[in-house]
Amino acid sequence: MTIPRRILFVASYLWLPVLLITWWWIASASSTSTFFPPLSTILSETGRLWIFDHAVNDLVPSLFNLAIGYVLAVVVGIGLGSVLWRFRRAAVAAHPVVYFLYVLPAPALLPVFMLAFGLGMTMKVAIVFLSCLWPVLLNTLDGMRATDDIKLDVAKTLNLSVLQKLRIVVLPAASPQIAAGMRTALAFGIVLMVVSEMVASTEGIGYFILLSQQTFAVTNMWTGILVLAIVGSLLNILFVLGERRVLKWHYQSTLMNNAR
Amino acid sequence: MSLNQTRSEDTVDTNTEREAPAAQAAVPVLQARNIKKVYGKGSEAKTAVEDVSFEVAKGEFVCIVGPSGGGKTTLLRILSGLMPATEGEALFEGAAVRSVPDRVSIVFQDYSRSLFPWLRVNKNVELPLRVKKVPRVERAKRAQEVIEAVGLAGSERRYPWQLSGGMQQRVAIARALAHRPDLLLMDEPFASVDAQTRFELEDMILRVRDEFDVTVVLITHDIDEAVYLADRIVVLSTSPSTVRELVTVPLTNPREQAATRNDPEFASLRTRLLGLVTR
Repeated sequence: MTIPRRILFVASYLWLPVLLITWWWIASASSTSTFFPPLSTILSETGRLWIFDHAVNDLVPSLFNLAIGYVLAVVVGIGLGSVLWRFRRAAVAAHPVVYFLYVLPAPALLPVFMLAFGLGMTMKVAIVFLSCLWPVLLNTLDGMRATDDIKLDVAKTLNLSVLQKLRIVVLPAASPQIAAGMRTALAFGIVLMVVSEMVASTEGIGYFILLSQQTFAVTNMWTGILVLAIVGSLLNILFVLGERRVLKWHYQSTLMNNAR
Repeated sequence: MSLNQTRSEDTVDTNTEREAPAAQAAVPVLQARNIKKVYGKGSEAKTAVEDVSFEVAKGEFVCIVGPSGGGKTTLLRILSGLMPATEGEALFEGAAVRSVPDRVSIVFQDYSRSLFPWLRVNKNVELPLRVKKVPRVERAKRAQEVIEAVGLAGSERRYPWQLSGGMQQRVAIARALAHRPDLLLMDEPFASVDAQTRFELEDMILRVRDEFDVTVVLITHDIDEAVYLADRIVVLSTSPSTVRELVTVPLTNPREQAATRNDPEFASLRTRLLGLVTR
């Protein structure tokens, strides 16, 4: 990607948020409502509260839980997906269970996880892990199953062992779909990170938002929401940039084939 | 099959080949013995190949021609070991083919699907060597030789999808030749490129076949192509396939596009084959 195109990419990403923030700024400028303070107040409070006091005490632990749960889910999801791809009968047997757990909203399992793991970090990491696991697992399996027959013939021609076939052919072929699953998982993970802190925690950004609301520190509540939105967006942008880099071959070859 | 087994077998193969070329010369590289293929069962059953037998000697260039949808691809998949026959068998260097033998390579028609878009040209070509654990430097050197032989020098660091169709098929051919196979099986390799490119690729494959001393079996529905390339032609009937005739091509080598195609022999052979195929 050349420099001007990169700028264009970032611009196409940012114009709507900028527009909405401007609207929020103007609309709330003269607000006297306790529940909707002016954006300028929220921003100055955000600077005061989150650089760096609450960032260290609340945001960092939250992101730490998210990171551990997410990375574990990606590793286990791809690993388990590969196993189910290899052993078709196991996949058939696992199918109803996987889909049952996939459609079950992860927050519904929070009470169970609280009983099983207590209220500490383990519980939060576990619930993030569980919510992130399914999109990665199902996309891995789907992507692997969709591997081009002719590429599998090539694998046969080269007499690849199962592990070689996985590493050299199937995993790269499925990687665009695995990435799509990882992106969905990231969104799920952020949701569960916040929800778990709201239900059972004494730290974290979710806890901060709920506590602020309950103690009528409404401006503080808004700063928490704002920080969460910014962090979520940054994580997503970072993910997309990383994906574009790693899967450059996929995006460019698709473009090329469409142009032909 | 474990990695170790694959490797040791490969070593043995290479050794026997080096030590006793004379003993192997008598055994046909490829034999088709009464191959029959039926898809499905009972009332749904469809016979794609009825009864096909022929032999290919070492160093020969054999074309298999037949009408479209005539079970040619099925036959090639059986010959290569990608698919079992319902009856009969394929033999490679005297041994029954059960999986794709180490010394056999296949070039598929659809290069855009057979190449790996996530690998650069040189890495695609190196793949068979990488699988055989050839050391990195040696791998690069041998890949470079075949890349140059197929006329791809300068495109090593590009991705397949950045190349034209003809160039992509060259990559697929280079990949098939990288580990110096004894037999190259090609399934309509030039069917999806334009006429000019096809002539270039035909001449390239004839050159490469001499340079690497490889036996070639090429499937095509194009009679002109078969006559131009082949030493011998296996003419198949409409589906279900049987061998209609085995034709020896009397044209002199090396072939040359304009001169060979103007040869009266070429014209009469072409007419004869046309009659056989459309009968």
